[in-house]
Amino acid sequence: MKDQFHNQSNSPIDESLSTITQKESTVTMHDAQTTFSNKSQGSIKKKSALRLWLHYVSINIRSAMQYKLSFFLMVLGQFFVSFSVFLGLYFMFQRFHSVKGYTYNEVLLCFAIFLMEFSLAEMSARGFDSFSSMVRTGSFDQVLVRPRNEVLQVLGSKFELTRIGRMLQALLMFVYAIPRCGVDWSFSKILTLLFMLIGGTALFSGIFMIYAAFCFFTLEGLEFMNVFTDGAREHGKYPIDVYGKKMLFFGTFLVPYALVQYYPLSYIIGKSDNPLLTFLPLLAILFLIPSYLFWRFGVRHYCSSGS
Amino acid sequence: MITMENVSKSYKVAKRNAGFGEAVKSLFHREYETIQALKNVSFTIQDGEMVGYIGPNGAGKSSTIKILSGILTPDGGTVLVDDRVPYKDRIRHVGQIGVVFGQRSQLWWDVPVIDSFELLKDIYSISPQSYKQNLEELTELLDLGELLRSPTRQLSLGQRMRCELAASLLHDPRILFLDEPTIGLDAVSKLAVRDFIRKRNQLHGTTVLLTTHDMQDIEALSDRIILIGKGEILMDGTLDDIKKGNETIDETVAELYRSFDV
Repeated sequence: MKDQFHNQSNSPIDESLSTITQKESTVTMHDAQTTFSNKSQGSIKKKSALRLWLHYVSINIRSAMQYKLSFFLMVLGQFFVSFSVFLGLYFMFQRFHSVKGYTYNEVLLCFAIFLMEFSLAEMSARGFDSFSSMVRTGSFDQVLVRPRNEVLQVLGSKFELTRIGRMLQALLMFVYAIPRCGVDWSFSKILTLLFMLIGGTALFSGIFMIYAAFCFFTLEGLEFMNVFTDGAREHGKYPIDVYGKKMLFFGTFLVPYALVQYYPLSYIIGKSDNPLLTFLPLLAILFLIPSYLFWRFGVRHYCSSGS
Repeated sequence: MITMENVSKSYKVAKRNAGFGEAVKSLFHREYETIQALKNVSFTIQDGEMVGYIGPNGAGKSSTIKILSGILTPDGGTVLVDDRVPYKDRIRHVGQIGVVFGQRSQLWWDVPVIDSFELLKDIYSISPQSYKQNLEELTELLDLGELLRSPTRQLSLGQRMRCELAASLLHDPRILFLDEPTIGLDAVSKLAVRDFIRKRNQLHGTTVLLTTHDMQDIEALSDRIILIGKGEILMDGTLDDIKKGNETIDETVAELYRSFDV
């Protein structure tokens, strides 16, 4: 390579030879640095991944702020979508005072937590939710030519801050329900709540990832997958056991909604006093493993689009 | 060095006749046709070469670029780029190459260009020092200046393409793949882009593989031409090899396409 380099520099170029050799040496130095950083991976890599994700979040927010009015209307819209569900709940409980042993405030608590889990996942994993457009327009090619993990880049491609409207609605219900549901808050119950949020966000993110992975085969988003996302959000306002044994089985072993909702909730509201239920929501994180494997499988089948 | 040896790639394409009834029918039973995008493609590109990769639409140019940049996995054959197999070692590979797709943007639409650059700095883990140095050089050569502070959506196509080129070179890649970099540009922008690519190659010895339909690009940039048609390499040589008398370059290439029946 060097020979050719010097051959070319003999031809009349406006740059002098000395600067070229200087450039050449910086290139080799740069290479040495890269090999060095390749060796010391591990924690540094994770740290830089987190930093990169935060950078993605920040650029997404900066983009969203370009359209001020649209942003606020979206937030408001998101708020009212969930608010109407709340109204439905409210009017129903005007007629019936309990649903299968759950009081109005308990259901409200359940709904608030579940909605919060969902909107956290939707906010951060929105890139997977709208992944079909990435595949169809070919912008996934752009992801593949960057030296970073694909999941991280897809997550970063879209951070939907407008879902904060839905969060707000969940938070309001939460604040309203807490003093009224008669829960005797202890440390382990607060921990349970925290784990529910973590597990639930992971679970929904996993579902979004599966949804995205289907796009590798179908190119289009699959609307039936909404049963597991939007559908679950609507049904999840009641603890899952109100739908009967079969649904509970489905929600425990197949798509583990019950792990982040019914079981830990029954511990929080005192229907069960098994302290192990505190850690049950963390099991839902395991759902990410099959989701990720399916995603990897999809990536290997990616065949780009024309042009 | 880039080596492709007997590389082939095929796609399955669904076919149906026109009409609503046919559309419904194809929902249940679909006929596929296998299209051979690349057939035994072999070539070698040395470090520091600038190669024009030409051929009619659908000849397999983009497929080649996608295989070389690790996006697609070939069905058969061997691909080596600086001793890396692109599709097997994607992350390590793409850190060392730059890719520009003329028809797609890699910049964030709504934020100033410099914000996209800063993000790329983190994506490629470019050290602050070399980032500053590269950015200064690219800004000067491509005359970016004030452009960096405008959001991408407000740039003209020519301005945007200059920014795209800068974006793909921030990490100092040794190899640059350009897929139709001058498509849709006006005369002034085309000249600026060509001039820049030539300078980059001369100053840094960057290997450039570019596809284009604009034969002036080829004339201005590459000593070597690889012609592909229907997935096969038809010719690998220099412009002088094919030029006869005082035909214009467009006539020469049209003649070439005709003689190969592509």
